[in-house]
Amino acid sequence: MTLTTPPPATITEHITTAGVPLRRRRKATPGRVLLYGVLTLGAFISLFPLYWLVVMASNSTSDIYTTPPTFVPGPRLFDNIGAVFSRIDFAGSLLNTVIVACSVTFLVLVFDSLAAFAFAKFEFPLRRTLFTITLVTFMLPMQLAVIPQFITMTNLGWVGQLQALIVPAAANAFGIFWLRQYMVSSIPDELMDASVLDGAGFFRQWFTVCLPLIRPGLGFLGIFTFIAAWNDYLWPLVVLTNPNQVTLQVAMAQLNTAFGQDYGMVMAGALLAVLPLLIVFLIGARQFIGDIAKGAIK
Amino acid sequence: MTSATRVMTASGVRPSARPRGRGLVRHWPMYVAIAPFFLLFLGFGLFPTAYSLVLSFQDWNGLGAAKWTGIDNYTRLFTDPTFWLSVRNTFVIFVLSTFPMLVIALAVAAMLNNAVRFSTAFRIAYFVPNITSVVAMAVLFGSIFGENFGLANAALHSLGLPGVQWLSTPFGIQLTISILITYQWTGYNAIIFLAGMQSIGGEVYEAAKLDGAGPIRSFFSITLPLLRPTIIFVLVVSTVTGMQSFTEAQVLTASSSTTNPNSGGAGQGGLTMVLYFYQQAFSYNRFGYGAAIAWGVFLIVVIFTIISWRFTAGKKEDKARA
Repeated sequence: MTLTTPPPATITEHITTAGVPLRRRRKATPGRVLLYGVLTLGAFISLFPLYWLVVMASNSTSDIYTTPPTFVPGPRLFDNIGAVFSRIDFAGSLLNTVIVACSVTFLVLVFDSLAAFAFAKFEFPLRRTLFTITLVTFMLPMQLAVIPQFITMTNLGWVGQLQALIVPAAANAFGIFWLRQYMVSSIPDELMDASVLDGAGFFRQWFTVCLPLIRPGLGFLGIFTFIAAWNDYLWPLVVLTNPNQVTLQVAMAQLNTAFGQDYGMVMAGALLAVLPLLIVFLIGARQFIGDIAKGAIK
Repeated sequence: MTSATRVMTASGVRPSARPRGRGLVRHWPMYVAIAPFFLLFLGFGLFPTAYSLVLSFQDWNGLGAAKWTGIDNYTRLFTDPTFWLSVRNTFVIFVLSTFPMLVIALAVAAMLNNAVRFSTAFRIAYFVPNITSVVAMAVLFGSIFGENFGLANAALHSLGLPGVQWLSTPFGIQLTISILITYQWTGYNAIIFLAGMQSIGGEVYEAAKLDGAGPIRSFFSITLPLLRPTIIFVLVVSTVTGMQSFTEAQVLTASSSTTNPNSGGAGQGGLTMVLYFYQQAFSYNRFGYGAAIAWGVFLIVVIFTIISWRFTAGKKEDKARA
């Protein structure tokens, strides 16, 4: 397609023939045209549903329900968003979700980095056993704990409260494991020794030596945790029993069941639920995708 | 597990400079540092799991006194046709989503591995479906696969094909859920395959090229075999998550389910194992039976994970023998 034959290619070619091979650039062979064509088509399929979400969120239901359907965004985006806010307590559930996702992310970063620091850089009795236990906890599936956890929340009086979502999620084995790997390779022993000579104890070392050095690692874990907390559905559905005090995902499912016929409005709600996350993701996308891949092939 | 242990011993852990004293007291900051995780794990991981085992031998609706019923819940589970229907549904969705997803992800990764330009833009584009919330996407797919005005049927009609009853037949529901899962996870897996491919050294390909192997040949005889650890990882993760799919099915079928919003839609086609667990435990307050279902699901997930592990690991022996 046109992607493979932009003007710079000919310039490079020209330079190369002049005997200065600046950069080896492949020619637009049929194979490469096909490659980029298929990749572009795949990217289009990948992004089209989000575009379609915008189209539906900005049209009225009757505009969407035409044959052939409208393929361009309409003028009703703000009307539809307004309808979402007036039908359900959208602002409330957005606030709940922000509170939960931010608190969980903050607590996970603190608790996981503390534990990972102890496991990565210190020797203490039972260290190995405790770390092995941490790894084993990975494998316990969530739904085994759901019913008893609900009973526990009932006894604590936390049913319907946001702390029921925050406290159990405040530390996790994945983050400890991941950050420990990161610390082993990124905190030099010399710096640790120097800080000991300065009289720093464990917690000061954690704050002044460890945290600054593992910033990129914290960034990845932070985005990962934030996305997971933002998108969580099963547990909030179980424990937030008051339909007027829910998270965004639960509110969206309620909206869909109750007003499923008003597509423009429901899709405006879905768009609002997706958008903040997209922004958080796009800020760190490049690094984040690299880290996901790194973690998987280790 | 094994690699984790190996990394642990090989890591540069500093032995404490001072002689070993009364460890537990002297090392208090480390114990304080790991305490939050372990306390939370005891309270919200270990205790509930043990308690759910106890619950699975009881009959309890959450109020009043629990009644010991021995293995009644398990015998009932074993003969419950709805549970086996949910196992079947989950398996159909798993097969319909996982295999196309893995093949497409491998193809996308192979293409990305050869594409130099716009590689970051392509990666982001392919990854985005994975971070959009399942609920939002299920709501959106519910309209795209709507019977009368949905985009999918409109596209089929414009090609002169008949429309499909996506959300009003059991198989249609399973197909829609599978398409949604495939949509959300293909790009994620492609990125992981790509990382695996990029860790394969270029020399192997150069050597193969000298031996006259074309790109297709080197993909099948170099890339695929060397990618096996990554393929195992992806297949195991897909099995564990696929066997526990819940949100897609619950959101897509909630509004079309007549008796109970968690019954799985037409013909209960969208009733996955975890959705059935949720329905029994929280629509009908059957905590004891729900716990038994959870353990049943756990067992099935473990079995399928081992099977899919063996399935990919077994190929190695075949290759070695050939």
